[in-house]
Amino acid sequence: MSIFGFRISPSSAINLDKVDRTRFEELCRIEPDAMRCMACGSCSATCPAATFSGMSVRKVLLNLQRGKEEEAFRLMSNCMLCGKCTMVCPRGINTRHIILSICRIYEKEAGR
Amino acid sequence: MKEIVVIIGGGIAGLEAASQLLKLGYSPIIIEKEDHLGGKVANWHKLFPDMTPAKDIVDELIASSKDSNIFLNTEISFINRLQDSYNIKLSNGISIMTKYILCTTGFRLFEAEKKEEYGYGIYNQVITNGDLEHWFNTGKDERIENSSMQAIGFVHCVGSRDEKARNSQCSKVCCITAIKQAIELKEKFPDAQIYCFYMDLRLFGKKFEDFYIKAQKDYGIHFIRGRVSEVSENIEGKVIVKAEDTLAGKPIKVTLDLLVLMSGMVCNPDTHKMAGMMALQVDSDGFLKSHDNVFHITSSTKKGIFYAGACTGPKTVPETLAEARSAVLDIHSQIISGQ
Ligand SMILES: Cc1cc2nc3c(=O)[nH]c(=O)nc-3n(C[C@H](O)[C@H](O)[C@H](O)COP(=O)(O)OP(=O)(O)OC[C@H]3O[C@@H](n4cnc5c(N)ncnc54)[C@H](O)[C@@H]3O)c2cc1C
Ligand code: SF4
Ligand code: SF4
Ligand code: SF4
Repeated sequence: MSIFGFRISPSSAINLDKVDRTRFEELCRIEPDAMRCMACGSCSATCPAATFSGMSVRKVLLNLQRGKEEEAFRLMSNCMLCGKCTMVCPRGINTRHIILSICRIYEKEAGR
Repeated sequence: MKEIVVIIGGGIAGLEAASQLLKLGYSPIIIEKEDHLGGKVANWHKLFPDMTPAKDIVDELIASSKDSNIFLNTEISFINRLQDSYNIKLSNGISIMTKYILCTTGFRLFEAEKKEEYGYGIYNQVITNGDLEHWFNTGKDERIENSSMQAIGFVHCVGSRDEKARNSQCSKVCCITAIKQAIELKEKFPDAQIYCFYMDLRLFGKKFEDFYIKAQKDYGIHFIRGRVSEVSENIEGKVIVKAEDTLAGKPIKVTLDLLVLMSGMVCNPDTHKMAGMMALQVDSDGFLKSHDNVFHITSSTKKGIFYAGACTGPKTVPETLAEARSAVLDIHSQIISGQ
């Protein structure tokens, strides 16, 4: 690959018109609390995997809502299911359970 | 002789004060420049956080203050300060002598067209919070009736917290109003995706946080942290909104069937005119300046002149009513101490 010259990077912009919400809505049906996140960041701050991998329940939920599923899966692959994030969430969201539900729903849909 | 108290402004603050003054045996005179009582609340549909019909509140206040002297369509022509009283000349030619004046002149909704980048008055599908309340009340608004309503957006802080609009203060009620209106629209258009673009969510009052959680969980309203930078129109007449999703750190774009601008509460220019006649101080935010903001919010720095409600800054209905009662008590104490 050439290291010189111009390269157009793919747009990182989020286009909400194109987001397919089917799976996120399915997630919300079994995990209604998935919508209640207020982005405080307590989960990421306490997550033992965060420092090394950037894992963050907040970011996973946000990425799923914005249609950035691959990014969410990449983050989630670092989760150890230790449940610390659930202990600290001020909204009382069962984040660990949500992570498991995400795995179930999205794997099923993706045929993985 | 019953002591006369002149109340300038027949909104909910003025009405509640009049009704309390009547109970204490005084003789209130309400001066209202519009042709109806109730002020802004008379234009609203349902009130947060209990979804109380605004009409019920206004009707009740009008009923309990009906024994006051009420002048509608009337303004103050001038006010003369005498030894220990005021001589007020009204636009209908009547003169009143009083020792006590209560200013309840309220606020004005920020003119959304001043924020040209949001396209109010330019694009058909951009409306304000006030327009939406009007639609809830009358069911008449072609912009809403003639569209498909698949996606609706709310822009918080329109003309508030914005030095470019010369209002750096927070209007306080618009975050919760946006949430209330988003829920009401979702009930009417259950298939619509609804987005609230906010800078901070300021939900200070009793039950407000519950309302927010309900909007997220039960109504699936999407909250996007980021200030809308610009709005444009596409060929189908839909509006395209651009912002930064600051939580994702990415630009975000969405096409909407309706965009609602949360116009802020700003100072009323009529209040400035009135303040000029009585040499009252105006605060840096343009609202009337209280004696101080902790202990004597309902007092001015002038003897015999009191304030209640949104003329001193953005307030909710319960706060406005509480201030009206508190101002009446201040007036009552002054009267009985013979000052
Ligand atoms: C979109 C929106 C929705 C809202 N919804 C809610 C809600 O759901 N719940 C809630 O608690 N609060 C709500 N509020 C806040 C509420 O509107 C205010 O708390 C309330 O209107 C304040 O009442 P007021 O009597 O002080 O002022 P106003 O309602 O502004 O009344 C002032 C009155 O004085 C008159 N006046 C002004 N100047 C003069 C003059 N010089 N001479 C004679 N008359 C004069 C005006 O014509 C008016 O009738 C909302 C506000 C907005 C902007
Ligand atoms: S359960 Fe996963 S996301 Fe939560 S703290 Fe543990 S590793 Fe982090
Ligand atoms: S701790 Fe809970 S509310 Fe806070 S960001 Fe994480 S999931 Fe959201
Ligand atoms: S109440 Fe909310 S929308 Fe209104 S000015 Fe304050 S932060 Fe902005």
